[in-house]
Amino acid sequence: MLKQRPFLIETLTAIGLIVAPFVLPHLGFAPNTVNRILVWGLFGLGFDILFGFTGLLSFGQSAFYGTGGFVAAYLLTRTGFSNVLGALVIGMIAAAATGYLIGLIALRRTGIYFAMITVAIAEVFFFVEFNPLSDFTGGENGLPGVPTPSFNLGFTTIHFTNGWSLYQFIALCYFIGVIIALRIVRSPVGAILSAIRDNPLRATAVGHNIHGYKLTAFVIAAAYAGFAGGLLGVLQAFMPPDAFTFDTSGQLVMQTAIGGRATLFGPLVGATVWLFLQDFLQSALGLGAAWKLVLGVVFVLLVCFLRGGIIGGLADLYGLVSGKRARKAAETEEAEIETPQQAPPAPMQAKEVEHPAYSGPILKATGLTKRYGGLVANSDIDFSVDQGELRGIIGPNGAGKSTFFKMLTCEVAPTSGQIMFEGRDITGLKVTEVCQLGLTKSYQVNQLFTGLTVRQNLTIAALAELRGKFRLDLFRTLSGVKGLTEQVEHTLALVNLTRRADTPVSELAYGEKRRLEIGLALATSPRLLLLDEPLAGMSPRERVETVKLLKSIARGRTMIIIDHDMDSLFELVERVTVLQEGRVLVSGTPEEIKTNAAVQEAYLGGVHGEIAA
Amino acid sequence: MISWPNLVSQLFNGLALGALLALISSGLTIIYGTLGVLNLAHGAMFMIGGYAGFVTFQYTESFILAVIAGSLFVMLLGVVMERVIIRHFYHRPHEDQLLVTFGLGICFVEIVRLIFSSQSQLVPPPAIFQGITNLGFMFYPTYRLAVVGIVAVALGALFIILYRTRLGMIVRAGIEDSVMVDSLGINVYRVFMVVFGIGAMAAGFAGIVNAPVVSLTPGIGDDILVQTFVVVVIGGVGSFPGAILGGLIAGEIISVTSMFNPGYAYVMLFAAMTLVLVVRPHGLLGVQGRE
Repeated sequence: MLKQRPFLIETLTAIGLIVAPFVLPHLGFAPNTVNRILVWGLFGLGFDILFGFTGLLSFGQSAFYGTGGFVAAYLLTRTGFSNVLGALVIGMIAAAATGYLIGLIALRRTGIYFAMITVAIAEVFFFVEFNPLSDFTGGENGLPGVPTPSFNLGFTTIHFTNGWSLYQFIALCYFIGVIIALRIVRSPVGAILSAIRDNPLRATAVGHNIHGYKLTAFVIAAAYAGFAGGLLGVLQAFMPPDAFTFDTSGQLVMQTAIGGRATLFGPLVGATVWLFLQDFLQSALGLGAAWKLVLGVVFVLLVCFLRGGIIGGLADLYGLVSGKRARKAAETEEAEIETPQQAPPAPMQAKEVEHPAYSGPILKATGLTKRYGGLVANSDIDFSVDQGELRGIIGPNGAGKSTFFKMLTCEVAPTSGQIMFEGRDITGLKVTEVCQLGLTKSYQVNQLFTGLTVRQNLTIAALAELRGKFRLDLFRTLSGVKGLTEQVEHTLALVNLTRRADTPVSELAYGEKRRLEIGLALATSPRLLLLDEPLAGMSPRERVETVKLLKSIARGRTMIIIDHDMDSLFELVERVTVLQEGRVLVSGTPEEIKTNAAVQEAYLGGVHGEIAA
Repeated sequence: MISWPNLVSQLFNGLALGALLALISSGLTIIYGTLGVLNLAHGAMFMIGGYAGFVTFQYTESFILAVIAGSLFVMLLGVVMERVIIRHFYHRPHEDQLLVTFGLGICFVEIVRLIFSSQSQLVPPPAIFQGITNLGFMFYPTYRLAVVGIVAVALGALFIILYRTRLGMIVRAGIEDSVMVDSLGINVYRVFMVVFGIGAMAAGFAGIVNAPVVSLTPGIGDDILVQTFVVVVIGGVGSFPGAILGGLIAGEIISVTSMFNPGYAYVMLFAAMTLVLVVRPHGLLGVQGRE
């Protein structure tokens, strides 16, 4: 919608910031209030990248806000350092460095734990600032006398003093902050951050080092917080110690949720509402101290009923109005295009082999055993697959097929045994590394990025292959990643989802989701692809199509397929391995398996004859 | 500087604080373990327990009644909160649960501030526990000793509820796997409500028992909440024994460090938490795989 026009948001932001001093005074905003809103907005840009985009809710941002603020203020008031902008940048760097160290600890856990740890950390900073470091921070008095910035341009000196004059400086900072944040959000890293929010498990499995990316988001948020903290000191000519309080973190969280998360501008809108209501309720309505209660109630109601906050609500409204027309158009179009697919696209190239000289079996597992306490899921499995082979695995429920796959992709570590992939020992590697080597899996239960579109899903998988497991190309655009568009389009065509490319996953039919699940694995260009029940839950017609799809992707790569649909499987694969009670029962061609007495025993409990699949 | 009596008395202080933290954290941890919701309003519940007891004491002059009323009021508040709001958040992301309970916590604090102002309020300890006790080697405030005993009894009661009753069995099963409990034909939602009530009551009870030790202010729950988090991280989320162990460790760390320099109490607490996270990411008595 808005994304298609380049620089539209940037331009609108610039216009808004230029117009604000002419409009806002008429609405009752004092320049000082506007400046405070901008500082909160800047603080929130980084926080929204962390919370809105990456899904990491931190209640400890005050630690970085205070760190940046006090480092800058200390430099400017106690050391004779007079370059305000320089001090702000140093403060920002200090905050980012602190963020890195804290992130190492806090990101050891996710979800609830992460939130609790950040709260505890922020509290530590508050106490440290007040007590052991009070010689540097002024303790409860804070640091007064922070100067405002001035720039000597040679022929003249620009001095930003206060009010609307200082607004120009802060607005410029905010504008630059917005530009950087937009670049980050639109970069490959930004795409991966939303993948992490949506489904960290799959983001890891397609080959991204999500810990590294989370840490990146954490440091970015800390850097924004540090700079904003410095600006707070400049704005007030005084660095207040309460920048470090839990209330600061809380207010930031609430403002972001009120304005709308994952919007970048949410914190700004939230801060506007917050500060406006605070003034309005306190002075106009004479509510005194009760203003915070009113805000608290508003906040709870918003969280309950309007999850996307104010901006999210407006976007929904806009979508409701404009979406009806668009949907009608789409429906007529869809009815026409419902034709059988054209000639299948060329098979996708698998990742290039790192050491082409290797010619042994692509996968070799020896003595693979997995115990869960007393339960033996897999016991002493020897298994070997040749390059280019199409192998099927069957077995009754509970035979240990999925556990076996999980060990092969290194999702779970075997209790004992060894796994060799292309002659290389991968036992004990991480699932991310294994995927980067060219071995991945499509899941038995769909593991998709449900909040994103089909195209975005495949983009995330393809990015892992094209960029490696971790890369900090924060300022590159997605279209700047070489080969990305081709790979995504190709995968879309391969799994026959081109028409649905811009549909959110949550709106797909089950069969389509299943194909996307395979597409996610394919987009990483694996040389060995494991498919865990790709046909499960499909209608007969969908099965026929999917078998066709599997045949077409099997060219040029090795695949191992688990499924219960034996008719389809036997038609597809060259060899079949039968697992029973965690052991290999027998291996052979489909014909041999069909007539094998032991297999019939396992499936039918001793009834002789052909397997009725 | 450091004298033995001083150290021993700080160890006792740590025991009293630790016992309180253990009780509050147990409430937080069984709610989280069973419902999967981290209640950020738990600190506010602690505070409200104190104020509800304070009001009761004003009218009745009875400490026992204050304790009963404070606990019951907070339990009721917890039940209502679960029924009206929390219930609609079980299937929403963790972030939303955190946000809504955080918002509720602020509302509770502000309501109390509105009614009682920010001034601190005092609840005197009951007559039999007033004064100081001669322990032979030192003198120690009687009420603080009593706190250890009272809280120990409360923890014992909680233990009996959790480990010796049918409800407790269901709760512990729910912590392991609430979907399974549901499919066994037990009305999980009713259990959730009861658990939320019990968890809140633990905080409320601690709030009124603690009131004679420190004076009441509307913000008293904020610090406690942070300490509770550390306790839960150290002990392991969802673990009742972990909450007790974590509580005692945290209490002793805060007290003993305060003897040297109160400013470092949180730093040491944080250092302990970091150590646990590095060595045993799931907490001392936590179970792997619960997040």
